[in-house]
Amino acid sequence: MTAPGPRSEDLGARLSFDRGEPGRRAVDVPVWNGQKTPLPDAHLLRDSVTLPEMGQGELVRYYTALSTRNYGIDSGTYPLGSCTMKFNPKVNDLIAFLPGFADAHPQSPEHEAQGTLRTLLELRQGLAEITGLPHVSLAPAAGAQGELAGVLMITAALEDRGELEARRRILVPDSAHGTNPATAAMAGYSVTHLPTAEDGSLDRATIEQELDESVAAVMVTVPNTLGLWENGIEQVAELIHDAGAYLYADGANLNAIMGRVRYGDLGFDVVHLNLHKSFSTPHGGGGPGAGPVCCTEELAPYLPTPILEEGDDGLVRLAAPERSIGRLQQFHGNVGVLLRAYAYMRALGLDGLRSVSGQAVLNANYLRVLLHGHYDLPYDRPVLHEVVFSGSRQKREHDVRTYDIAKRLIDYGFHPPTVYFPLIVEEALMIEPTETEPPEAIEALAEALIAIAEESASDPDTLHGAPWTAPIGRLDETTAARRPVLSWRGPRQDR
Amino acid sequence: MSSPHPYIPATEADRARMLERIGADDLDSLFADLPEAFRDPSIDLLPALTEPDLIALLADRAGQNAAPSRPNFLGAGAYRRSVPSIVSYLVSRSEFSTAYTPYQPEISQGTLQSGFEFQSVVCELTGMDVANVGLYDVASATAEACLMASRTTKRQAVCLLEPIHPGTADVVNTYARGAGLRVDAVSMAEELSDEHACLVAQQPDFLGTIVDLEPLANAAHEVGALLVAVADPFALGMLKAPGDAGADIVTGEGRDLAGAPAFGGPSLGLFAAGLPYLRQMPGRIVGRTKELHPSDGGKARTGYVLTLQAREQFIRRERATSNVSTAQALIALGFTIAVQALGPHGLRESAELCYQRAHDAARRIAAISGYKVPERGPWVQEFLVRGPVPAANLSSELSERGITAGLDVSDRPEPEAHNALLFCVTEATPDSHIDALIEALASIGDEV
Repeated sequence: MTAPGPRSEDLGARLSFDRGEPGRRAVDVPVWNGQKTPLPDAHLLRDSVTLPEMGQGELVRYYTALSTRNYGIDSGTYPLGSCTMKFNPKVNDLIAFLPGFADAHPQSPEHEAQGTLRTLLELRQGLAEITGLPHVSLAPAAGAQGELAGVLMITAALEDRGELEARRRILVPDSAHGTNPATAAMAGYSVTHLPTAEDGSLDRATIEQELDESVAAVMVTVPNTLGLWENGIEQVAELIHDAGAYLYADGANLNAIMGRVRYGDLGFDVVHLNLHKSFSTPHGGGGPGAGPVCCTEELAPYLPTPILEEGDDGLVRLAAPERSIGRLQQFHGNVGVLLRAYAYMRALGLDGLRSVSGQAVLNANYLRVLLHGHYDLPYDRPVLHEVVFSGSRQKREHDVRTYDIAKRLIDYGFHPPTVYFPLIVEEALMIEPTETEPPEAIEALAEALIAIAEESASDPDTLHGAPWTAPIGRLDETTAARRPVLSWRGPRQDR
Repeated sequence: MSSPHPYIPATEADRARMLERIGADDLDSLFADLPEAFRDPSIDLLPALTEPDLIALLADRAGQNAAPSRPNFLGAGAYRRSVPSIVSYLVSRSEFSTAYTPYQPEISQGTLQSGFEFQSVVCELTGMDVANVGLYDVASATAEACLMASRTTKRQAVCLLEPIHPGTADVVNTYARGAGLRVDAVSMAEELSDEHACLVAQQPDFLGTIVDLEPLANAAHEVGALLVAVADPFALGMLKAPGDAGADIVTGEGRDLAGAPAFGGPSLGLFAAGLPYLRQMPGRIVGRTKELHPSDGGKARTGYVLTLQAREQFIRRERATSNVSTAQALIALGFTIAVQALGPHGLRESAELCYQRAHDAARRIAAISGYKVPERGPWVQEFLVRGPVPAANLSSELSERGITAGLDVSDRPEPEAHNALLFCVTEATPDSHIDALIEALASIGDEV
């Protein structure tokens, strides 16, 4: 990962807008030789637009230089906890780019899109089997939108039960992803935080105490963000249903349990999945993702539009559920991502998916054992897909923070794990190796983290200044937020 | 587990060694915490396929869609564009495509600096002060704009100006339901009142007509509401920037400039606003900064970070401006490269080429006996066609002749849409497809 060109070039100081020369261009546009129609009235038109003027070669070279300043799963081990950064099979991209799929227009009559629709129908059936929840909408564009869909479905069901005005609270564990409380608030609910018990599971007594007629739903991540099984969740589900509320699953950690246990069987009413995590579709530096939502028979009428239906004539159609919460996007979701997820599901089959969860859990436990004693382990028991260590000893004894440990790991050639999450673990280091790392990669990661633990005692300054070998050093985030510079030009001066 | 799957490298011997180190008997024992009654259920999945069989199956499936060579005149929210060849080439670089959200800026400058380029391009096109790195699609971006307008004005109703894309209106309604907002659809800006947080106007509108945004901005501002312009970024190559017309928030769909329609997604929601609204914006924002410690010859280099994160869900939780996390970063990269490759002149030339080709096609259709092209005002690439037979019949007659007609909009209230199809012709519509359409329309007319 080295920037091309002179080592001294401050690549970030020169944007495309600062490069090139007036008059250069990277693509040509055909000239219109037919009859000319006068343009609309001038007050509707713009005089000009300011954009870079670069030749094709220099534009390609600029973005290639930028790409070399990035680290992807193809660059190396990427043990970002809760994000399931597994290898992205290349055949999935090849399939999504097949012209028949790529060129399909979203307004096409259904008989012109049967290849896409049939494939999505089979994906839907597979997800229903894997989650144990028979009804599915593939519409949500990402996990957070899947969450919003799920919570709005609960809203609609409560409205039909005549209980929406009474049930205004959603319970969320303190270990939850930030999207859970944010989604609940976006859907108009107030959020009550549930504490985590000493064994890392939900505190049963608090749940029993909080559950009453004001609760609409409980949102739970299974397995939880400590990488632990939520003990007794099937009994908690019964308590929640007895209180008239719904149980929502954040399926971000499906990778740990694929093929081994199902949300529906445990009593969950609705779950969203993150296909860009569990189903290997590339994350793209922040999307596109896909966040399908799967639910029970009871909630099915409220699923977001569209859903897929197979008619007696053998045609697969897009349909609106009877009491749908409505659309989440103008069209049908991130179809290109869904096709990749289908390819992944078919490449593995049931045995393969069980191998995925098996190996993912084995890898996380292997790492847990290799690092044991070198870092604090607040919940010291076997884990599922990820393990959460704490850098609190290094902080206390050597004034080295988890932040420093993460930055130093970059010098060892790894992407750092998730840090400072979950919030309930002090100086958290949340590590998820995934099943696609071979044991020697996990050993190398453990050796690097052990070396850093030793450095934190012997040479803390090296950690405080890390990384030393990245394309750029630590950045001044405080000034970035205090005096924001957010575009090449900056805010307009003419208003 | 038997022989390793290509995606899972550990061998049986590896596993045995690892299990021994852990002190576990077998893989299943690692799942002992899972309730026994529900463990290892029967699951019915389609059988696994090897890579060659997988490619064969899906190539066959792709072939069950309409052939890419079939003439297709659908627009209505998704438009075939001439996408520069360098876009897919650069976007496919795996350092971009296989990275996660840039939580570690030191090894994510590619994503972050590209994000800053994207924000800069969106600000230039829309004439706005600030932009985020993108949302899911135009409709959800517009819904977020409505929520943001409600937060800043403290008003509980929003107003959609028809004709607006029905998909956009539907998504605004979905989000509004959660937020407890009322959604009014109006046909004239005069119906706006001081109860409304914003007026939402699509540019060009759903039936393709160019909208004069300036009087709409004035009408909105008179009642203390914001103007949300839902603008097609390609059309902005020639149309006045909404920011110059007084818009407060601009959203748009970036998918088509970045690549193929892909049955609608991956899509890309553009979101830009005036500076006063910066801290109410949803989504991620990239900011420019410097190294904390000079690392190179005593000079601090320039870098990029995610900034103003106190707005976001992972810090602010239930008080965040939105729940959005993963969005459409890779499509935003493609959009940026496409617009920058076209450059200031190419973008204008491309928009005007689209305009000329579409108007030429409309003129040829209007010249066929029995056909009318009812105009509602100036337009760019979409136009209404009324034929000698009912709209639905015209559509199916064309389909029988191997042509996909424009969208049937005959059920819309606008008088010009009565019994009409909404056709789209762009700079990327082949001449031969237009010729085939003209011939087919004439032959349908002859049979009446």
